[in-house]
Amino acid sequence: MTRFSAWSVFRNGLSGQSGWTRQWRDPEPKKQYDIVIVGGGLHGLATAYYLAKNHGQKNIAVVEKGWLGGGNAGRNTTIVRSNYFLPGNREFYEHSLKLWEELSHDLNYNVMFSQRSHIALLHSPAAIDGAARRYNTMRLTGTPDAEIWDLEKLKQEVPHLNYGPDARFPIRGAAVQKRAGTARHDAVAWGYARAADSLGVDILQNCEVTATTRSGDEITSITTSRGEIKAKKVGFAVAGNTSRLWQMAGFNTLPIESHKLQAFVSEPLKPLLDQVVVFGVGGAHFYISQSDKGGMVFGGDIDWYKSYAQRGNLPIVQDVAECAISILPCLGRVRLLRHWSGVMDMSMDGSPFICKTPLRNLYLNAGWNYGGFKASPASGWYFADLIANDRPHETIEHFNLERFAQGVILDERGAGPDPKLHG
Amino acid sequence: MIRINCPFCGERDHSEFSYGGDGSIVYPALDAPVEEWVEAVFQRENIRGVQTESWQHVSGCRQWILVERDTMTHEIHSVRAAHEGVAKVLEAGK
Ligand SMILES: Cc1cc2nc3c(=O)[nH]c(=O)nc-3n(C[C@H](O)[C@H](O)[C@H](O)COP(=O)(O)OP(=O)(O)OC[C@H]3O[C@@H](n4cnc5c(N)ncnc54)[C@H](O)[C@@H]3O)c2cc1C
Ligand SMILES: [Zn+2]
Repeated sequence: MTRFSAWSVFRNGLSGQSGWTRQWRDPEPKKQYDIVIVGGGLHGLATAYYLAKNHGQKNIAVVEKGWLGGGNAGRNTTIVRSNYFLPGNREFYEHSLKLWEELSHDLNYNVMFSQRSHIALLHSPAAIDGAARRYNTMRLTGTPDAEIWDLEKLKQEVPHLNYGPDARFPIRGAAVQKRAGTARHDAVAWGYARAADSLGVDILQNCEVTATTRSGDEITSITTSRGEIKAKKVGFAVAGNTSRLWQMAGFNTLPIESHKLQAFVSEPLKPLLDQVVVFGVGGAHFYISQSDKGGMVFGGDIDWYKSYAQRGNLPIVQDVAECAISILPCLGRVRLLRHWSGVMDMSMDGSPFICKTPLRNLYLNAGWNYGGFKASPASGWYFADLIANDRPHETIEHFNLERFAQGVILDERGAGPDPKLHG
Repeated sequence: MIRINCPFCGERDHSEFSYGGDGSIVYPALDAPVEEWVEAVFQRENIRGVQTESWQHVSGCRQWILVERDTMTHEIHSVRAAHEGVAKVLEAGK
């Protein structure tokens, strides 16, 4: 594998770009691995990378039923932030943001992480007070870039929002996290895959897990579309398909439902929006940014009923378009280029799981709701730590399956045990 | 758009309804052990395939209904009133 550097780009420019080699191998599955990670999304790939890099593991495979980044990894709206409030969540997401800040260098791959600010619009004095409480807590607990902007400042920074006094929800200010932003999702998947591969991880694509073999309280092997693979330890990181894998491991229920979320991209425009803007009031939920190619990338709520179909419904298209026009009326004539959807692992309290399971050598990574993109580096970091050391690091000790029975749920939104209400 | 055949109002767009969730859950007795409540409130089978689920016709008759729907294809196999007594009366009147 060629290392990327200014020099390698220059040299290949002179030689007709002929010097580039494959970015990762396409190996045949071995009969046995020390650790098998199921799911070649961001969380699975990051886990394999940190297992190799931080914990010196040598014999690892990532097993992916389709192609790398074909799941939610390549379907999300790429927003990265750490404006969490609850202890347990905030340290975790702040660590993730710190890993994002170094990720391109660490992976030697440009993930195009752009810290362009995350601006959550506020529409009432109560909302400003609520946000001040949340953002002050962030400042006091290690996230220094939390700010509350008044209307004047907001108008200067983002001039073309709908500031009309006749707006249904007039804008009064914003809660801002300045180190937040976006990244290129495909590049993150490829970057982790390439870096993991170069440390010896076998990435097995078109390799669907269809069953597991158990002996007592452990999994001994997994059955895949490319043959039987023995494993000493197994980690599941399959997002919307978690319940299916859970049932293949011989269990029944989880505090998770699979729902689908849509995303949209417009035709490319000249530079229009420099930040991520979020609009959420009175039942509306909308977030938008502009990609480097110029497309407006945006999304809203989930489709409101459980589904495994990677296909969105039309009422949400209307809903999202209405939100877009109400805060950015200038988008009125812009054409939609594509829209798609992904199946998400919505948990009962909106928070994730990185934990041990009733099986001795099976580990679970799931429950990411709409927020797993920003979490991927820390998720991989701590899932690798869990698998290597067979105990949860204190940062993720709340991300277990027992918290519901114990009454210590992590419900950031205060929405109650209804997966569709969490974001 | 999914079309749901409400037993009271006839076939309507799903956007008239609000999704309840897994309709196969039976809540335990109030004094049942807490484990049974944890199971009923938080744990889900999360079926990929045909599941029974509850919906409320919020922009129509406001009745709760039970729908058998495929969570992969969205095909609906049956719809009935959630209240057993009402479902029986409707069935008898057919
Ligand atoms: C439309 C949309 C917008 C989003 N926007 C944001 C956002 O702005 N910010 C944010 O932080 N998060 C966002 N998310 C959430 C984020 O994308 C996910 O939480 C995250 O990508 C999930 O982790 P992953 O990448 O590992 O999942 P995936 O990429 O889905 O990886 C799971 C993999 O498991 C594989 N798999 C499943 N079953 C099997 C099997 N039996 N055998 C082998 N492999 C299997 C799948 O093929 C898949 O590739 C969004 C999600 C969607 C759908
Ligand atoms: Zn009705």
